[in-house]
Amino acid sequence: MLILECPYCGIHADETELENGGEAHLTRATVGASDEEFESYLFARANPKGVHFERWRHAYGCGKWFLAARDTVTLEVFATYCAQTSEPPAEVLKAIRAKHPDWEGSA
Amino acid sequence: MSDPVTATRNARFEGFATVTDTGPRGMISIRGDAKVCAAAAKTLGLALPGPRAITAKGDLQLAWMSPDELLVICDYDRAPELAEKLEKAVGENHSLVAVVSDARMVFRVEGDRADEVLRKLVPADLDALAPGEMRRTRIAQVAGALWMVETGCYEVMCFRSVGVYVFDLLANAAQHGAELSL
Amino acid sequence: MSHRIDDAGRLIDRTRRLRFSFDGRPMTGYAGDTLASALLAGGQMMVGRSFKYHRPRGVVASGVEEPNALVNLGSGSRLEPNQRATTTALFDRLEARSQNVWPSLAFDIGAVNQLIARFLPAGFYYKTFMFPRVAWEKLFEPFIRQSAGLGRAPDPEDRDADRYEYTYHHTDVLVIGGGVAGLAAARAAAAGGAKVMVLEQERHWGGRAPVDGGEIDGLDPDAWVKAAVDELEANDNVTLRSATMGAGVYDHGYVLGYERVADETPGDGRPRHRLWRIRARQVVTATGALERPLSFPGNDVPGVMLAAAVRDYAVNYGVAVGRRALIVTNNDDAYRTALTLSKLGLEVAGIIDARPAATGALAEAARAAGLRVMTGKAITGVKGRRAVTGATIANLDGEGGEEALTCDIIAMSGGWSPVVHLWSHCGGKLSWDAAAAMFRPDPARPPRGADGAAFVHTAGAATGHMSLSEGLADAHAAGKAAAKAAGAKATRKAAPKAPEEAQQPLQPVWIMPTNAGPAKRAKMWLDYQNDVKVSDVQLAAQEGYQSVEHTKRYTTLGMATDQGKLSNINGLAVLSDALGQPIPQTGTTTFRPPYTPISMGAIAGEARGPLFQPLRRTPMHDMHEARGVQWEPVGHWRRGYAYPKSGESVDEAVNREILATRARVGMLDASTLGKILVKGPDAGRFMDMLYTNMMSSLPIGKCRYGLMCSENGFLSDDGVVVRLSEDSWLCHTTTGGADRIHGHMEDWLQCEWWDWKVYTANLTEQYAQIAVAGPKAREVLEALGGMDVSKEAMPFMTYADGVLADIPARVFRISFTGELSFEIAVPAHRGSEMWAAVAKAGAPHDITPYGTEAMHIMRAEKGFIMIGDETDGTVIPQDLGLHWAISKKKDDYLGKRAQERSHMVDPDRWRLVGLRTLDGSVIPDGAYAVGEGLNANGQRNTIGRVTSTYYSPTLAKGIAMGLVRHGPERMGEVIDFATLDGTGTVIKAEICGTCFYDHEGAKADV
Repeated sequence: MLILECPYCGIHADETELENGGEAHLTRATVGASDEEFESYLFARANPKGVHFERWRHAYGCGKWFLAARDTVTLEVFATYCAQTSEPPAEVLKAIRAKHPDWEGSA
Repeated sequence: MSDPVTATRNARFEGFATVTDTGPRGMISIRGDAKVCAAAAKTLGLALPGPRAITAKGDLQLAWMSPDELLVICDYDRAPELAEKLEKAVGENHSLVAVVSDARMVFRVEGDRADEVLRKLVPADLDALAPGEMRRTRIAQVAGALWMVETGCYEVMCFRSVGVYVFDLLANAAQHGAELSL
Repeated sequence: MSHRIDDAGRLIDRTRRLRFSFDGRPMTGYAGDTLASALLAGGQMMVGRSFKYHRPRGVVASGVEEPNALVNLGSGSRLEPNQRATTTALFDRLEARSQNVWPSLAFDIGAVNQLIARFLPAGFYYKTFMFPRVAWEKLFEPFIRQSAGLGRAPDPEDRDADRYEYTYHHTDVLVIGGGVAGLAAARAAAAGGAKVMVLEQERHWGGRAPVDGGEIDGLDPDAWVKAAVDELEANDNVTLRSATMGAGVYDHGYVLGYERVADETPGDGRPRHRLWRIRARQVVTATGALERPLSFPGNDVPGVMLAAAVRDYAVNYGVAVGRRALIVTNNDDAYRTALTLSKLGLEVAGIIDARPAATGALAEAARAAGLRVMTGKAITGVKGRRAVTGATIANLDGEGGEEALTCDIIAMSGGWSPVVHLWSHCGGKLSWDAAAAMFRPDPARPPRGADGAAFVHTAGAATGHMSLSEGLADAHAAGKAAAKAAGAKATRKAAPKAPEEAQQPLQPVWIMPTNAGPAKRAKMWLDYQNDVKVSDVQLAAQEGYQSVEHTKRYTTLGMATDQGKLSNINGLAVLSDALGQPIPQTGTTTFRPPYTPISMGAIAGEARGPLFQPLRRTPMHDMHEARGVQWEPVGHWRRGYAYPKSGESVDEAVNREILATRARVGMLDASTLGKILVKGPDAGRFMDMLYTNMMSSLPIGKCRYGLMCSENGFLSDDGVVVRLSEDSWLCHTTTGGADRIHGHMEDWLQCEWWDWKVYTANLTEQYAQIAVAGPKAREVLEALGGMDVSKEAMPFMTYADGVLADIPARVFRISFTGELSFEIAVPAHRGSEMWAAVAKAGAPHDITPYGTEAMHIMRAEKGFIMIGDETDGTVIPQDLGLHWAISKKKDDYLGKRAQERSHMVDPDRWRLVGLRTLDGSVIPDGAYAVGEGLNANGQRNTIGRVTSTYYSPTLAKGIAMGLVRHGPERMGEVIDFATLDGTGTVIKAEICGTCFYDHEGAKADV
């Protein structure tokens, strides 16, 4: 039962107030994309043991989607941040590297 | 002649706290950027609420719902006219103003132990709920919001379709003998 | 025999006598008793029989670790099996029954099992019951069902008579355990200004210390506990909860507390149990330690008990469990029992100490009190079958002459194990302390929280500190550290002080005597509840079981309700010995929550009966109910399925509703349909992405049917879109789709196209919506008055705002029935008013309310698809022949790329057609069309399936739609649908167009 801070309303929300939306920072492939590109967008998902970027919606609160960088093993939360970004912001990467100096970034 | 009826018309339960349906409330949803929100607050003569805040003046309340959404709470009959006024005030700015008076219900939970009723249903930390703060959260299995009117008096908002469910929840939690005695 | 004694019993109130019954026999006890203490006070030593061999079993312990004294409590709608007598507070008229007895506790047929015990070794289920298979059903299973199992399940027709609830709580520091360590930790945390909560599973505070004695800050433990509790109670920042067990510790400081509110007052209206759902920044587990039994032959005979439990019963409840006690130990603590009993004037037959010498202060005190201390000795046998009558002793290795001693109680102590369960629940690791022979929490490997830092600390005996002075210092430090880690201050106050005690270390003794042969080892019980003996674990090791988890499941060691609280350490020590490896290499089994079983009611909380699930009601719900509606659940909504009149069947009602609507006029509560407003300069562009159709070109004031797909191309929702103004559209969704589609829109707007200027609002609940359909519909609306609803003013697929019957309304001219139809939307609070007005205005035409089933049939007669019938998450709009609703002009829309994938454009995809049975019958729901040949599994190949199938009262015959391979190319062909009755017969149906009624659409457009 995680607690994640909603970056919009500042609430440390209980997991039961949230809705998970799977992996974050996917790039939409659409008309014009090759079959391989499109299949990768639709179906290929990271399943790391360690640092993971996820989409969460503050479903029982402000209704906004936000992103979380989290360790799937220890459940440590490195940061939560606004969804309007296509890649993790520098300070989020810094927070991750502070705990995982050897982390090579997500695939 | 207007004859609005809520989902739990005049419902009232007296346990260790009292739960009442507060009747129809006027509500207007406003979506827009900071500029739009500021214009709306100014039109209403209310302070612009910051995150999670609810400001009030007379019969009017203005609640922060999300970074780009406010909710006006007013007399039921006034909502359409206020909404028109608000639409004019925000002008050409990209915004959405909608009367939503009938979409929701507001219950009042009163008594020295009113907080205990809510503690049984809501995962939010009630001790951290400041006066003038509105907490959107989960009420048992549905979405809702609550705020403190004054010590020993809370208002709880939910969608109309689950009005009976939420009233029954509150009444069940307020049964005599089920005090938490915190 | 056990009995009540005077001058002791700190927890009982002798002025309040309570009546209860055990196996129907009336007994009495006192307020403050547990069921176990009251049974013992009444001389009831034997309380049940064991799981496998049905051996007589008595109370062993005094708390949560009790393996034997499990009873069926209550009766009827309050019957609950497997309740521990040791943690069940006695109340007036309590009813308890022993378990695993057949036909009675005293005479039990299953006890013959022990005569064939050598045929029931470890893994006997696996070995014995392999072959022949038929024997399972006829022989083994009936026998096992009769003789095994714990307790009796309540009657499935009975409903739990009690109510339950949750409470959410947030705290800086949560202390689990209200013994002196927990109280000391709580005091330290509170002194630092932290918000503190303390949970204590018992009904009283102080834990073991008041029984064990000693001195804290110059006070006797009872007085210190009272002062500490008073001080904490007076602090507004502290919440104390007794009778509340810390059941589990989970991620990010989530802890479940299990409060037993009204177990002792059934039917008083209070919730019976309350589940505390706690969020703690820091957790201190002050959960104490559990005493271990010793494994000597006959250690399961009633009268063999844990030494600490023997003194608990004496001190706390004034119960002597026997008249002459023999103490057997490998450590100092059991001497306390000897001293306590002796002080109370009870006879002590002697103290058998496995250690070569007894030099501690307590041993000296025992000698000083004139008690016989025999060192380097072991018990080699127990006399008595249903009750202890004596024991034989010899040297620890079993050599030397045996001496026989008379006693009726054997108080044993094999040392203490810290309760590490709650530390371990969320990942805390253990280290083996060889000197103390215990697993203790490893502070270097704690459970970690959201910030990556430790969030659980242990205090006192739970850390492994078995002396009062060390335990209090440790607990104070834990409370102080927890407060600081939770953001409060570290107190500068000093820890409570207790005098140092000179203790002699224990000597690990895993079996006694150490040279015991097979016969003796087969009488040494490790796990009383599951009848696992030393010989079973050794056999498992011989048979190649090395992992402790496998051995647990093979032997059943540490299973069932106590999860090995007594047996685990002894069992894994025996296993380690058999495997010839050190104990830490064997490791422990996994500690999983809950700490002890909690009631299902507490887990369900308030969610039962009418509160089981939120029921969504439309504004007209009560009016439908008053009319005797047959409800249909649609998501959480309740919709009217049909409105049977008295004496009418549901099917008859549906047919009547359809015929009335087609002939005259019907009305439907359509309030549940989703209504989402989409507005902004980029709204048109957004609508074009959401829908397969071109929505940006929809003229203001017009309506258009639209389809929405998921990104993988499958049809996900449909509905009528209305262009309200230059920059706003109103999207109608399906009943089940409103929240989902609104979420879908917001997802794309927030996470992908966040620079598009579009706002959405879910207005579903704002409006009540009433469909008025049928040839007389216009006359009904005219009668309502206030709006021009003529064909000229309001043509088909348009809408108008106005005031209808004095209620502000938006009227849409859209049709899902194929009839002339209006949908009237009014503010929800006025929905029932409008429903009544429509009913009144339609009365001259005998307006008929119709339900969802009539609606479904009428749309099927028209060949309109229904999300969830024609679609199932694998169907694309092209499969349904909806090409007309898919724009070819648009570069992109959600699902477009997916619909170009090879499988999606495969001409062999099953596609929608109408189906007309040759004999007019109705194809069964879910029927498959069968083709030639067999598939790899030897089943008939299928070439299609039915998606909607009904009896059409309009056409007086069966109609259907289905997805059929090459269907649209096979018009007029007859195919076979398999019936579902198992006869192998088929129904023949001709493939036809999907529309069965009013092909030209003339009726709707009038």
